[in-house]
Amino acid sequence: MSAMLAIFRRELLLAMRARTEWLMPPFFFIVVVTLFGLGTEPNDPKLAAFAPAILWVAALLSTLLTLERLFRADLEDGTLEQLCLGATPLAVVALAKLLGHWALTGLPLVLLAAPLAVGLGVTSASVPTLVAGLALGTPCISLIGGFVAALTVGLPRGGLLLPALVLPLITPALIFGTGAVRAAQQGLDAGAPLYFLAAILVLSLTLIPWIASAALRNAFD
Amino acid sequence: MHLRGANGAGKSSLLEVLAGLRRPAAGVLRRNPDPLPLHWVGHRNALNPHLSAVENLRFWCEFNGQAVQRVAPALDRLALPAGARRRAVRTLSAGQKRRTALARLVLAPRPLWLLDEPLDGLDVDGIATFAGLLSEHLKGGGIAVVTSHQALPKDLPAVREWTLQR
Repeated sequence: MSAMLAIFRRELLLAMRARTEWLMPPFFFIVVVTLFGLGTEPNDPKLAAFAPAILWVAALLSTLLTLERLFRADLEDGTLEQLCLGATPLAVVALAKLLGHWALTGLPLVLLAAPLAVGLGVTSASVPTLVAGLALGTPCISLIGGFVAALTVGLPRGGLLLPALVLPLITPALIFGTGAVRAAQQGLDAGAPLYFLAAILVLSLTLIPWIASAALRNAFD
Repeated sequence: MHLRGANGAGKSSLLEVLAGLRRPAAGVLRRNPDPLPLHWVGHRNALNPHLSAVENLRFWCEFNGQAVQRVAPALDRLALPAGARRRAVRTLSAGQKRRTALARLVLAPRPLWLLDEPLDGLDVDGIATFAGLLSEHLKGGGIAVVTSHQALPKDLPAVREWTLQR
């Protein structure tokens, strides 16, 4: 547990030192969503209909911005070697890194989503569903994206491969997340898609740290 | 054990195999089911460039469950100047970075040291400091496998020199 906390604290400290890197995802998120608003007619009802997809895709792309560096910086400076040789299982290390990534990237997007959604014309009754969906979905993006980042960390052009591999894997979360908001907008029960999102999150939390740790060990071969 | 050999002879690769970082390309590697705790100092210093020397070593103490109070004595032992300890590692010289990386050896006693070119970037004083550290380790019953193009200091006890050939 102390090792996990140490990694988490280090991630926060590094985020404070390299602020630009970590401010980029929320900035990108706000800019993309705002541009959609500015690009359509004022009070266009279609915008509210498309808002869940706009917010989800913007959140997905924003999270991808910092994923490539998640393990690469540690590989380049030799930290990953030491983490691999430590007494703490590498899966625990990977989990701490992925949770740190979500806290720094996904969580701010969840918090920003509500005012941006209102700006796009999403009804206030649907906003809690959107926020709940993103709260369940953004950790999935960090976990699945982190797994792909671990898989490609040793590749010279892994950054190019990363979105191509992450986007198809994250599609189910995107479908359930946007589906939940659409259901709420139509006055239907949004429980089912949110439960599916929760299931994806639990599955990812359980499996991905182990798979990611195996991928990280392969980075040295 | 001092591993020597020309560039590309496989010194670093052998060390990485011994550490368990990579699989051997051929042959069989038998692992002790109860392996010795080891210190690894590779080509790369395992220091984040945005953090200071103290912050980097504090992290390794916390990660390994050691008391963070050991950081200052470890940096004293490696004679890292006080002014360099709180600066971001990216601003330090190559020798100062190496001293900080070698300070990890002092943070916790471990019987096996695997050191890949530990003298890289060190000045004469740094080499003497490292020699003292290694000598203490060996006299205390420790084992060290060291790759180095340079000759190791002569007063080290029981050094066996192996030369790898391509």
